[in-house]
Amino acid sequence: MASGVKPRVKVPKSASAGDVITIKTLISHPMESGQRKDSSGNTIQRSIIWRFTCDFNDQNVIDVVLAPAISTNPYFEFEAQVPESGEFKFTWYDDDGDVYDTSKKISV
Amino acid sequence: AMTLLPAHAFAQAAADAEMVGTPDEFLAGASASEGGLDLTAPEIAENGNTVPISVDAPGAVEVRVYALGNPTPGVATFRFGPLSGAQFASTRIRLAGTQDVQAIAKMADGSYVTAMKTVKVTIGGCGG
Amino acid sequence: GKWARLAAQQSLTQDQLLQFDTFGNVSLIHVTDIHAQLKPIYFREPSVNIGVGPNRGEVPHVTGADFRKLYGIDDGAPSHYALSSGDFSSLAKAYGRVGGMDRVATVVNAIRADRPDALLLDGGDTWHGSMTCYKTAGQDMVNVMNALKPDAMTFHWEFTLGSDRVAELVEGLPYAALGQNIFDAEWDEPAELFKPYQFFERGGVKIAVIGQAFPYMPIANPRWMFPEYSFGIRDENMQAMVDEVRAQGAELVVCLSHNGFDVDKKMASRVTGIDVILTGHTHDALPEPVLIGDTILIASGSNGKFVSRVDLDVRNGQMLGFRHKLIPIFSDVIAPDPEMAALIDEQRAPFAEELAEVIGQTDTLLYRRGNFNGSWDDLICDALISEREADIAMSPGVRWGPSLIPGDPITREDIWNVTSMTYGEAYRSEMTGEFIKVILEDVADNIFNPDPYYQQGGDMVRIGGMGYRIDLRAPAGERISDMTLLRTGEPIDPARNYVVAGWASVNEGTEGPQIWDVVENHIARLGTVSLDPNNSVEVVGA
Ligand SMILES: [Mn+2]
Ligand SMILES: [Mn+2]
Repeated sequence: MASGVKPRVKVPKSASAGDVITIKTLISHPMESGQRKDSSGNTIQRSIIWRFTCDFNDQNVIDVVLAPAISTNPYFEFEAQVPESGEFKFTWYDDDGDVYDTSKKISV
Repeated sequence: AMTLLPAHAFAQAAADAEMVGTPDEFLAGASASEGGLDLTAPEIAENGNTVPISVDAPGAVEVRVYALGNPTPGVATFRFGPLSGAQFASTRIRLAGTQDVQAIAKMADGSYVTAMKTVKVTIGGCGG
Repeated sequence: GKWARLAAQQSLTQDQLLQFDTFGNVSLIHVTDIHAQLKPIYFREPSVNIGVGPNRGEVPHVTGADFRKLYGIDDGAPSHYALSSGDFSSLAKAYGRVGGMDRVATVVNAIRADRPDALLLDGGDTWHGSMTCYKTAGQDMVNVMNALKPDAMTFHWEFTLGSDRVAELVEGLPYAALGQNIFDAEWDEPAELFKPYQFFERGGVKIAVIGQAFPYMPIANPRWMFPEYSFGIRDENMQAMVDEVRAQGAELVVCLSHNGFDVDKKMASRVTGIDVILTGHTHDALPEPVLIGDTILIASGSNGKFVSRVDLDVRNGQMLGFRHKLIPIFSDVIAPDPEMAALIDEQRAPFAEELAEVIGQTDTLLYRRGNFNGSWDDLICDALISEREADIAMSPGVRWGPSLIPGDPITREDIWNVTSMTYGEAYRSEMTGEFIKVILEDVADNIFNPDPYYQQGGDMVRIGGMGYRIDLRAPAGERISDMTLLRTGEPIDPARNYVVAGWASVNEGTEGPQIWDVVENHIARLGTVSLDPNNSVEVVGA
């Protein structure tokens, strides 16, 4: 299980109705492929975030499938429409079953 | 009889089902044309373990990214929802060595467009 | 020598070197790649500087007699000595040393006397390259440059002081620290410490200077020393910055660049709206600007050897014309500025004894510049092989480092001038023949890739103890062949391990004695350096 997983997001605090805003997200996570061996030759256990989603007021903005080729501390930048005031919800799915999430309010 | 899998096995199964796969699997026999998809990547990676790339494909419903020289080529699948502001996304990827990175976008009408970029991963050193 | 000292110098006066018919309404003064050379030095320009792809046969890839023919320079003329290779040792004896920041100060002051509001721009690689710079972590150069009062600078080797020291020095700079391509690595946003551009109002003209730091810093130099930053060429952002400054009323857009010449040529063809690119990094010295579309490229050499003056006529937001001069700093002809001379002596005083100690002397011209091997690097490789008991030596293909002429003493300062860096540990490790080839192929592609954006600048890694053949027209991975262990004459076995000694590894935690100590021990043991010509690299496809 990944430890010390910490999501961070950058969302503007406010926007005008209908604006397109840029969102950036980072989550501290090893993204260990399960293919590598440690110095004593033992396989390092797989630990991968395999999906990331961003929704705004329950409508989807982006839905990403991550392969182990995504770097340590996965980073995403994308653009979202803001039709009204509300809340962005960000969710990361670890393939050990853990789900990490965070949210950010924005006012129009 | 039914066996209850532990939660992480479900997650692992879901992850495996959502494999990014290969370009051939995504295209499923269709061909992809050039133009309409911008793939941005550095000519020389500052660090092969974290190479910034971005895709921009106006009108796409889904964009997949492949590192053709990695042991497993699939890197990511981006699906754009109703509130996406643009069919644009940026992330950081691992490249096992100098290779071509390919992006393929599936457009709303079911057609495909593609773009390719060579990224050099170098040992480094020297300079002027 | 062939060129009598008196005859040579008779034709050369300070007034002549500075002569310039002031033109238009704006003057730019450009210095770059000083590499901490405060005092006059010798500096031999390359005889081998091969261009590939679209740059085959184009300047700056023209050397020696071809260069002189191209620019109409007579054999033996001051410009022959300053700008090209050939007959270097005898011309050096006739014309003397070049550079010295006190002479540079005289030239800058003279230009300012003509045009008091001239912009002085420093292209970077300033806080690196000498013992005093190393021991003061760049402070000596900061003090000297502050006295010269530049208006802006950009960066490369400065970052090898480590990001904390860079921040400390940059925060105290009384002038702009620029780099539109210096980004925060975590969030991919412009780094707060470095501004993309700075506006100046000169001669009634609104001028924007946009900085472009060395794009490949974390590759060419150890990224663990500045992990907070990401660089890259970022020509889309450069275009955005040009558009932004134009929208804010810039009438003249100057790019202060450390891209290297061929990369700047390509950037000039992709980014529109830049009037002048002051190039750096590849250490080229060109007597005339190169025009790419509407952009002029200026190349001002290295090691304090040249100052460029560019006068521009800018009317109604348009550059209507220019006049340019690459001023060679002949140190016996240009009088030192006394204030700067005193300031330089003050920086050096704490280290004066150490610097001056004579370690040996040389019967051979010692130089570095050139795509394949310089005699300084041959000497360094010999030192690595003998002092570190290695089969093969590797020395980085950097372009800094002054020359010494036959008969010169070799002081400790001279050794530091060609070796000083913050990661100078001389490693010793075992590598397979196959891996050695991988390294050579990797470096070769960073220099000879036909697309300049895939080049890092610099020259081929120098090899001691081994010969090889390189085919410049072959694709990546297939350029190197016929690797031979010189000691035995046997082909390099891909599967066998060889003991390799080298220095300037970009890997964190590299261990070994400092390279300047290794070289000093070797020279002290030799007493007098006398090197045979190095013919161990066969180049085809040039
Ligand atoms: Mn330099
Ligand atoms: Mn440089």
